[in-house]
Amino acid sequence: MYSFDWSSIPGAIPYLWEGMLRTLQITLVAVIAGMIIGTMLAVCRLSKSRVLSTLAGLYVTCFRSIPLVMVLLWFYLLVPDLIKRVVGNPSLDIRLLSAFVAFSLFEASYYAEIIRAGIQSVSKGQVSAGLALGMTGGETMRLIILPQAFRRMIPLLLTQAIILFQDTSLVYVMGLADFFGVAYNTGNRDGTLVELILFAGAVYLAICFVASTLVRKLQKKIA
Amino acid sequence: MATILADLDFRVFLQPAVGGGGNYLSYLLFGLGWTLLLSVCSWVLAFVVGSLIGVLRTLRGTLLPQLGAFYVEIFRNIPLLVQLFIWYFVLPETVPFFGTWFKQGLSPDLQQFVSATLCLGFFTAARVSEQVRSGIMSLGRGQYGAGLALGFDTAQVYTLILLPVAYRIIIPTLTSEFLNLIKNTAVASTIGLVELAQRSKNMGEYTSRLYESFIAVTVLYAIVNLVVMLISRNVEKTTRLPGFVGGKQ
Repeated sequence: MYSFDWSSIPGAIPYLWEGMLRTLQITLVAVIAGMIIGTMLAVCRLSKSRVLSTLAGLYVTCFRSIPLVMVLLWFYLLVPDLIKRVVGNPSLDIRLLSAFVAFSLFEASYYAEIIRAGIQSVSKGQVSAGLALGMTGGETMRLIILPQAFRRMIPLLLTQAIILFQDTSLVYVMGLADFFGVAYNTGNRDGTLVELILFAGAVYLAICFVASTLVRKLQKKIA
Repeated sequence: MATILADLDFRVFLQPAVGGGGNYLSYLLFGLGWTLLLSVCSWVLAFVVGSLIGVLRTLRGTLLPQLGAFYVEIFRNIPLLVQLFIWYFVLPETVPFFGTWFKQGLSPDLQQFVSATLCLGFFTAARVSEQVRSGIMSLGRGQYGAGLALGFDTAQVYTLILLPVAYRIIIPTLTSEFLNLIKNTAVASTIGLVELAQRSKNMGEYTSRLYESFIAVTVLYAIVNLVVMLISRNVEKTTRLPGFVGGKQ
């Protein structure tokens, strides 16, 4: 029988906490940037201009057809290269920056689809009403359509954020020490990999379970 | 950007690969083979377990549906990477008989493949079960009652009446789960399985031609995605049910 040894966890709590902060940091940046870029993509995709909608469609299809691991490896390779060409050696942690960019651009393609569906769920009469009041197309979108669309999308956007929170653990492939990275490194160093992996899994489970239960409650309230 | 493009040299794929066995193009295609094999094996597991859990969740009573819901919560709320590490690092150490078989009976390659298959299979099963459940629910209680009235028992009602129709309704969503599964196999590279994503990294290191190998692998993933989508569109067309949303008139 395997005898568990949980002794290396209490001492590692400060490092694990730092890792969790990094995980939350990546999640937050990607949610905000992903939603901003995703909204722009969704509006482009629904625009009357053939060029804009094709380009936005191409962006979304491309990012959705390749694995996140591949996207992370791409940006881990590309971002440092590009930055060196533009500004020389930056003082920032380049892996963290690569992770920010990769997750933001990747998530944007997923948010774009959610937001597009949200916009399409607002009835056409709302657009006509906006135009009839003398608003421009942009104003109608910004002041009438998007606020209603976002209200309906909130549960879906939050669920996507929970999935993103879990996916950030893949920064492992960049060697970045997020929550799971710290847990893995600690376990590897102390020979307690089994315990640390289980501990990390339990923490993710607790956080995501509470978050998704709250989202479900919110969904019932809105619906 | 321009200099990166100017530096590209795709003749690298014709060079003989490190470790023998043909050039780098065939090296990558073998990786694609592993990716597809892993996808198909895990899909079979996911389909069987997912159907079972999905059915559990629609049964009467409270215990069995709760058991199904519990499964889904566990497998949906732990990141895939952590689940994979649990299958690969934790379970062989802690589970008595599985551990001995795993460590002594399997070569390292097989160990990685078995862990990845089990992990992806059970992970995807949680998602499949949600689809199966919503497919069965969409049929309403009438079909179930009609089956019982005809003298079928519960198992017969499910296998002969509810599931065949439910599967045909959920084919589009099952397709997108299968596409997700193919993409998720790239996570198996983290435990050292040399599937497609891992080979793009290896080839880049062996030849110092990272851009070329990354481009080739990205294109391969996109092609697989496209092919599966085209096939499934045809399957959808032939299996569509009249009278349901998206069905024939």
